[in-house]
Amino acid sequence: MLSRTAQNLFWLSRYIERAENTARLLDVTYRMSLLPSAASEQDQQWRPLLMIGHGAEEFAARYGLVSGEAVIEYMGFDAANPSSIFASVAAARENARAERSAISTEMWEALNATWLELQSKKYRDFAKDGVRGFFDWVKERSHLFRGVTFGTMYRDDAFHFIRLGTFLERGDNTARILDIKYHQLLLTQRINGEPVDYFQWGALLRSVSAFRAYRQAYHDTIDPRRIAELLILDADMPRSLLYCFEEVLGTLATLCGARPRECQRLAGEIHASLKFGRIDQIVAGGLHDFLNGFLVRSNALAAQIQSDFMMQLA
Amino acid sequence: MARKQSAETIVAEKKEAPRFFDEMRRTDGGIRTAYRDFWKLIEAMPREHLLLKQAEADALFRRVGITFLVYGEGGSTERLIPFDIVPRILDATEWQLIEHGCVQRVRALNAFLHDIYHEQEILKAGMVPKEMVYRNPAYRPEMQGVDLARRVYSHVSGIDIVRIGPADFYVLEDNLRTPSGVSYVLENREVMMRLFPEAFAQQRVAPVGNYPERLLHNLRAVSPSDVSEPTVVLLTPGRYNSAYFEHLFLAEQMGIELVEGRDLFVRDGRVWMRTTEGPVRVDVIYRRIDDDFMDPLAFRADSMLGVPGILSVVRQGRVTLANGFGAGVADDKAMYSFVPEIIRFYLGEKPVLNNVETWRLGEPDARKYVLEHLHELVVKEVHGSGGYGMLVGPAATKAEREAYKRRVLSDPGNFIAQPTLALSTCPTFSKSGIAPRHVDLRPYVLSGETTSVIPGGLTRVALREGSLVVNSSQGGGVKDTWVLEH
Repeated sequence: MLSRTAQNLFWLSRYIERAENTARLLDVTYRMSLLPSAASEQDQQWRPLLMIGHGAEEFAARYGLVSGEAVIEYMGFDAANPSSIFASVAAARENARAERSAISTEMWEALNATWLELQSKKYRDFAKDGVRGFFDWVKERSHLFRGVTFGTMYRDDAFHFIRLGTFLERGDNTARILDIKYHQLLLTQRINGEPVDYFQWGALLRSVSAFRAYRQAYHDTIDPRRIAELLILDADMPRSLLYCFEEVLGTLATLCGARPRECQRLAGEIHASLKFGRIDQIVAGGLHDFLNGFLVRSNALAAQIQSDFMMQLA
Repeated sequence: MARKQSAETIVAEKKEAPRFFDEMRRTDGGIRTAYRDFWKLIEAMPREHLLLKQAEADALFRRVGITFLVYGEGGSTERLIPFDIVPRILDATEWQLIEHGCVQRVRALNAFLHDIYHEQEILKAGMVPKEMVYRNPAYRPEMQGVDLARRVYSHVSGIDIVRIGPADFYVLEDNLRTPSGVSYVLENREVMMRLFPEAFAQQRVAPVGNYPERLLHNLRAVSPSDVSEPTVVLLTPGRYNSAYFEHLFLAEQMGIELVEGRDLFVRDGRVWMRTTEGPVRVDVIYRRIDDDFMDPLAFRADSMLGVPGILSVVRQGRVTLANGFGAGVADDKAMYSFVPEIIRFYLGEKPVLNNVETWRLGEPDARKYVLEHLHELVVKEVHGSGGYGMLVGPAATKAEREAYKRRVLSDPGNFIAQPTLALSTCPTFSKSGIAPRHVDLRPYVLSGETTSVIPGGLTRVALREGSLVVNSSQGGGVKDTWVLEH
């Protein structure tokens, strides 16, 4: 398969996954900001989101003060922000357009329809009736695209590169959501000396579709440490880091075939740390450091995949 | 009620004076044999029903065509080409003539190109003036003495033909560089088979769907001689090219990679493509990029579309380009006038298809005659295409003719003139019912192991009443072309 095609498909699915997770992150922040016990300032709640896309400076220049409305507009609808939902969908569709022969017709149509519809969506239209409808729509379109991919695409290398992009991006995004929210919540708790806030932690679980999974896995009240365990180390939780890396490792094995490559080794290392890691040790060593280390290694893996499969394009 | 409207459609057609040969209707008003079954079918159809069929066709094209429109975003003016639901129907005898004529022409032109880039017998014989070759911008001195696989320069050729009488076919133009439009031939057929399945059940219409298969077979047949399992790719300028949809379609149908220049590179005297498995050797490139943009090291240095160094690989015979470099020297409008001589010279045969009388305005006598008769002639630029920059004398105003005359005089060698032809008409669905409109025909000729034509081709139709210009850029549409088998 052409390197350019592999690259376009890998990024196509990353952009879709990123759009979905950005919607999830905005959604959870929005939900938390509505809860009565939200002790922290708006600024404290929303500012960490801007760290993700390195957009804090640009945001300040264009929007000024940090507020929920401004961050949602910037990260959801702003075409000039390369990591906004709008820009992610645009980039995904652009990549799909270049590779229409590699994906199924239904995939193209699903993505193109999303793009066409997105163009008519403006923040001000949601500001009145609540922006949750927009986040739900983004998630649904992402579900649709993934489902169509699964249901219609020939299982060739193109399919595997799409899966690879999905899970690499999802692992990255789950780690970021957890990192931001976990510390925010723990901090509030310590400062105010309050018990575990069921609603706040529940919102975090819901943002990664893990609320029910938590109940089923633990049959117990909400405990931050267990939430971390579920989202990092649970092999059955489809947005956990371990689950993502099970997929990444398996997909790389298929793509590499009999020719072992460096990216496989890197993925194996990360996978092992998740598969055999223990939450007590992770928390003792500092969850933030662990997640940060994970993000660094995951990025290095993405770079290695790039150089193993996608020869430098002139 | 329905009957009455259907009768009106026929009246609309009879009004037209029989100045032109009509593909369906004889001068006595009878229906030609080839059209008998189809006409019976739609004659009985109420007008509403026909409107519905046309709407259905438009909807089918729009579905595919969404891609055309979307590619048009960002400045380009790509549009859907209007499709007409009444087919152009040719019987087996008519087709035999066209097929024979096209094959003959392309065989002769390929022989001519080989000769031009080797011994140049035709120049030595004085049949074609040397300057017609050497001063031709499409001539590639770099290709002199280079042997091409099976001596084929034009692997895919489009021959533009018009008809003025029962067995009077004229070639307007040969397209030997990167002719496009074949995807319409295949899609038009798909749509027609959906709309009129009963017509296809009634009579045997020669299928066209195996075109990609035949193209691939021919491309594989011209791979470099030392390669046993050739890798064939289609090289496109990219997704902003107006014919990108066709490139995608053909690559998909042939099951080959659709590559861009940046996917390819030259190393160790071969062309390679960048893949996830490392470099893969490429042997045959069906390219849809003009010569000028193919190799920035040899031709236009500012081209970002091509593959640096590819000319050197072509010259060593280690990659085959389809069509080959320099094929354009045989297809401009000035060289066109020599094609009958070229056929006689290389094949020793009488040309099957007629050439339109052509005046080369670089020649003083011809120029004098043409400028005196502008009102009855068509004048074209030698390297123009798409119907742009031409003058249709009878349709032009006096001021337009004067302005064009000044253009001609500033560079006479760049112009040719031809008589206006009485293009045949074909029944076409219009607002006022089914009425005759002028048509031409572009059959696609494939050269490789053999030289052959897919039965039919692209029929273009001038949708405006009385118009003789069929180019899609000038209000033309397309029709499916049926060749009836015996």
